[in-house]
Amino acid sequence: MQASLDTVWTWLGEIPDPEIPVISLADLGIIRAVGYDDDKLVVTVTPTYSGCPATSIIALDIETELLKRGAQKVEIRQQLSPAWTTDWISREGREKLRAFGIAPPAMAAANCAGMLKAQNVTCPHCGSEDTENISPRGSTPCKAQFRCRSCMEPFDYFKAI
Amino acid sequence: MMDPFVTFCLRMGDNALILAQRTGEWCGHAPALEEDIAFANMGLDLIGQTQLWLKLGGEAEGKGRSADDLAFLRTERQFTNCQLVEQPNVDFAHALMRQYLFDAWHLPMLDGLTQSSDERVRAVSAKVIKEVRYHIDRSRDLVIGLGDGTDESRARMQGALDELWPFTADLLASDEIDDDLTARGVIPDPAPVIEAFNAETAATFAAATLTVPHTGLTRTGGRNGIHTEHMGFILAEMQYLQRTYPGVSW
Repeated sequence: MQASLDTVWTWLGEIPDPEIPVISLADLGIIRAVGYDDDKLVVTVTPTYSGCPATSIIALDIETELLKRGAQKVEIRQQLSPAWTTDWISREGREKLRAFGIAPPAMAAANCAGMLKAQNVTCPHCGSEDTENISPRGSTPCKAQFRCRSCMEPFDYFKAI
Repeated sequence: MMDPFVTFCLRMGDNALILAQRTGEWCGHAPALEEDIAFANMGLDLIGQTQLWLKLGGEAEGKGRSADDLAFLRTERQFTNCQLVEQPNVDFAHALMRQYLFDAWHLPMLDGLTQSSDERVRAVSAKVIKEVRYHIDRSRDLVIGLGDGTDESRARMQGALDELWPFTADLLASDEIDDDLTARGVIPDPAPVIEAFNAETAATFAAATLTVPHTGLTRTGGRNGIHTEHMGFILAEMQYLQRTYPGVSW
């Protein structure tokens, strides 16, 4: 019997992002569609950053997990357009990032003038808005390094894109 | 004349690929940890962009060549990147100036490409431009900071600008291939792109207290496969594995 699409979405919500395992692939907003093509389960995924090394791992993780859950055939399709934006990260995903110590991306800030400078970054540890950028790049291309001037803790900021 | 669309994809992809290779050379060598990470991360973006453009070029060509085939199995004269991106790192100032000059062209070019008449080009450029906005955000800041910095940093930035500026001619060059694609709306008219490049660099160099050299010297040819002496060495390193063990994979 084929699992319902709602069930498949639940499964996808339980697959962790390989680089930031506190959020799921569904939270990340990169799963664009789920559907059946005859007896084949087709999951359409959009990449985060074009060079993100996690992209191929993500496709592998989805296929492995869905097969394990009982799907008979799985196909992963790549979709480039519309390009992924951090605005698609779910509200739950943002909370999980913050709880993990990564400041979630500002909303609707991706293409603004001034880029990082224009994004108000709140410290995920103490909630202070008095923060400063140390480097526009962090442990992965999607993050920048910040420091909180209130609690003095350094932290990663998930850049709006 | 090669197929204009394929040539365009290769030119975009080769620029990103060769700059990524140069950028990757900084891994473990940059003057500060943050900049080391920044260069490595940006190289990763550029490799991703290379894959998008070369894949599109390979598909359009229709001879079954993958992005990897195009990157690893072509010879020097078949690479169509501009000469700017193949220039050696020399020091942090040169690498940064090369990156900034490239970004100053890349951003308005991509901006025009997001309006392309070709759906595939629109999809790739809409993806890539988001990353490039962050690239120029960083390179512009550092060019201003180091240009308007100490005597030493300023002298090095000015030296890098003097040496690299002639290569911007190759970046901004256009030929009958571009004319054909512009006429079909696939790529933007070069004039507004050049105008945006000039406005961007003039404002930044003024803030950085740097002066564009007025020697009139220009260097072109990369887009048609004519490269400087550095190109062969880049390929020798980049293509070593495929040339030594043809067809190897893992």
